[in-house]
Amino acid sequence: MKEFLMIALGVLIFVVIFQIAKASEYVSVLKGEEKTRKQNNKINAFMLIGLLVFGLIGVWYCNELYYGKTLFPQGSASVEGEQIDTMLYITIAITGVVFVITQILLFWFCFKYQEKDGQKAFYFPHNTKLELIWTTVPAIFLTVLVVFGLKYWFKITGDAPKDAIVVEVTGHQFAWEFRYPGADKVLGKTNYKLYTAKNNLGVDFEDPASLDDIHVNTTMHIPVGVPVKMVIHSQDVIHDVGLPHFRLKMDAVPGIPTTQWFTPKITTAEMKKKTGNPEFNFEIACDQLCGSSHYAMRGVIIVETMEEYKKWLAEQKSEHSVLFPVTPVEPNVPDSAAKQISQTVPVKK
Amino acid sequence: MSSAATLQHADVHGSHDAHHEHHHHETFITKYVFSQDHKMIAKQFLVTGIIWAIIGGLFSVVFRLQLGYPESTFPWLEDLLGHWAAGGKLKPEFYYALVTMHGTILVFFVLTAGLSGTFANFLIPLQIGARDMASPMLNMLSYWFFFLASTIMFASLFVQTGPASGGWTIYPPLSALGDASSGSKIGMDLWLVSMAMFIVSSLLGGLNYITTILNMRTKGMSMTRLPLTIWALFFTAVLGVLSFPVLLSGAILLLFDRNLGTSFYLSDIVIAGKILPNEGGSAILFQHLFWFLGHPEVYIILLPAMGMSSEIISVNSRKPIFGYMAMVGSVFAIAILAFLVWAHHMFVTGLNPFLGSVFVLLTLLIAVPSAIKVFNWLTTLWRANIRFTPGMLFAIGFVSLFISGGLTGIFLGNSALDLHLHDTYFVVAHFHIVMGVASFFGMFAGVYHWFPKMFGRYLNNTMAFIHFWVTIVGAYLIFWPMHYQGLSGMPRRYYDFSGWSSFNMFNGLNEFISLVAMIVFAVQLLFVFNFFYSMFKGRKVTDSNPWGSNTLEWTTPINPGHGNWPGEIPEVHRGAYDYAKDGKEFIPQNVPVGDDESKAH
Repeated sequence: MKEFLMIALGVLIFVVIFQIAKASEYVSVLKGEEKTRKQNNKINAFMLIGLLVFGLIGVWYCNELYYGKTLFPQGSASVEGEQIDTMLYITIAITGVVFVITQILLFWFCFKYQEKDGQKAFYFPHNTKLELIWTTVPAIFLTVLVVFGLKYWFKITGDAPKDAIVVEVTGHQFAWEFRYPGADKVLGKTNYKLYTAKNNLGVDFEDPASLDDIHVNTTMHIPVGVPVKMVIHSQDVIHDVGLPHFRLKMDAVPGIPTTQWFTPKITTAEMKKKTGNPEFNFEIACDQLCGSSHYAMRGVIIVETMEEYKKWLAEQKSEHSVLFPVTPVEPNVPDSAAKQISQTVPVKK
Repeated sequence: MSSAATLQHADVHGSHDAHHEHHHHETFITKYVFSQDHKMIAKQFLVTGIIWAIIGGLFSVVFRLQLGYPESTFPWLEDLLGHWAAGGKLKPEFYYALVTMHGTILVFFVLTAGLSGTFANFLIPLQIGARDMASPMLNMLSYWFFFLASTIMFASLFVQTGPASGGWTIYPPLSALGDASSGSKIGMDLWLVSMAMFIVSSLLGGLNYITTILNMRTKGMSMTRLPLTIWALFFTAVLGVLSFPVLLSGAILLLFDRNLGTSFYLSDIVIAGKILPNEGGSAILFQHLFWFLGHPEVYIILLPAMGMSSEIISVNSRKPIFGYMAMVGSVFAIAILAFLVWAHHMFVTGLNPFLGSVFVLLTLLIAVPSAIKVFNWLTTLWRANIRFTPGMLFAIGFVSLFISGGLTGIFLGNSALDLHLHDTYFVVAHFHIVMGVASFFGMFAGVYHWFPKMFGRYLNNTMAFIHFWVTIVGAYLIFWPMHYQGLSGMPRRYYDFSGWSSFNMFNGLNEFISLVAMIVFAVQLLFVFNFFYSMFKGRKVTDSNPWGSNTLEWTTPINPGHGNWPGEIPEVHRGAYDYAKDGKEFIPQNVPVGDDESKAH
């Protein structure tokens, strides 16, 4: 019913506009088309200047409303991200000035030089000096932006520091998984052909380096103040490790490992206090469309102090020991058979 | 080749002139359906484009419902869409299909075919002084391949597993594997076949436009006297002819990967618990092939809008366009650079940082010719005598939007910032303003300006003004706040943000944007109504040159027949922008240079 009323209202408004539009055409014929045209010209010129004024107020108002909600008042959660924020502020300053000046000129000229009786347009087909000025000035400003941008770009995309903690991040539809190298600080090899439902990252347990590796789902822990290097894989389609709070992003591409590194500078607990939001979490957002549940491909990063991190790490069991538990009491086969029975019971009921 | 074309051309002239003397023996089919008259083909492109625009726009309204009201259900959606909206709520899979088709339809079917197809066909022969295109037959085929592409794409909307849903950029492996997404089943094959037909259409059209502009200009119409619309359409055609074949090859390889078991884009994949045998392919290869078209495509869409806005601004300012040669030069520079910046869409794919830095430099270089264009438009308006026709208002709107959207390109082209902004709403805001809405404004400007030439009638002004004012205010209200969402890292292509603690602060804003989007869409329907109503019932044109314009299309009769000029084709004696010269309001191109006339600078 509500929808029906809405449609009826829409049609009604439409009919009214159409009738007014038709009537105004007749009126213009009666009044003289030239006169109506000039009147419309004045109204439109006036509205253009109105658009400028209200537009600029709107830009300011929008900033008031939403700047506080962006991530920038919180500051970057990574050391590298600070450079990106600086770069962003430089770019906003330069483009902001250009935006305001050009929009003012555009609408001001439209208003000032609207058609008037007796006004003649000025024949001004070109002027080499002016054209040179607005070729070189933008070029200079762009050079500044390129120089700053590339300086930060090379720093951020350069090699990770040698003491960085390495975490392997793997994306698949629609979750994130993480592997930490154990005490040997070397990640065991993987091969996608070794994939099974249990060993879902295809870890090659023939490789001795894999024996102490730790495998966790969805939530990764990292210590504050130490560079972290992510080695990123995908198992199926392209995903993207999006880290909005750390100002970073890197695709996960099947068959081509990628890397990104950053130094977290604030812990999750501190962030909860800073934002006044006890629910706060650093999230990993998949930023590359990967299928129907792309929007729910969420990971969590817990940044904690070194002691907390070490404690957490010590509590984790190695993947090998989870998959192949050394249980002297019962061998594996009866165990899984027992599981099967226990699974079938509820079905029979 | 050129002399052969000229001969054939002369032949066409002869037969057309003869036709004019003995009246046409045209049936409904040859006049309106399989027409070889460039003006009719232009109208066919325009009407097909309008139908697609309504469909594509409607899709955006439906997915904006989901974004604006993620908690609500709309029972009537189920009546319309069946199981895709079971319980009155869009399924994620179908949401992605809508997003994908919205992008595909608007980028290719509306803003490529509908915009440059319409105005290249309509304006090139009329403005350069030719009776028709170099090959009217290929021109007709160009439309019918587009029609075929349209039919296939439309059919793909109704297949059981749904249309393509991997985004308009159809990145494999998502688009290559039916197991990855139901939209990657038969819907994706149809998408690829449809695009192949579309590319054929675009190539037939583009080759024709280039040939026509180079060979069939009337006497005196040197390249430097061409109106800027023609220059823009020329470079658009060059871009299309050189870049679309690359997409075709990319699409064919993808079809092979999908259906013949090849591994161009596939390697090391486990999907739905199955280990795939494909090895050695590169998913990133496809992105290179795609964006080698994809980036020029942006300019294929934008350049015609720039050209038409330049022309319309000059005519209605009653003043020559400032810096004609600089305008041509900057379009040329943009066209060259368009081929050299494609990897700026790929900064976060693991691209070599050094390669990335080269693309940063080349990308930001585009801002220089763009700035020249903006300042030249502004100087054209300075000390002018401006008439605000609906076409002029849309051209001014184009400049405003081009500035707003162009400046945010400087953020995204800088790879360091792209690390944060890539694939967020900032990108959505950027390209919708600069490529989507701005190009639509160029298209609207063109339709309002040349409608009298197309149909011999005017569009209704009151409806036109309402259309303009609601659209420009609405476009800014929709897309400006999205920059803030993007700065917060809010990813695009998310069906629902409610599961996230980082992105749920903009719920009210999302609802507001959806509401404005619906209003703006309704006003576009008002335009469509105005278009078809005025085609038959609009005020008749009584003056063959209603805008006091210099270009040749206004020297034809009010309703030109096939062949455009009943008698001789006019000879050209001057450039297209002699407004306000020597105290005369305007001097059309076919007026000989007077003895006492001052020399052009």
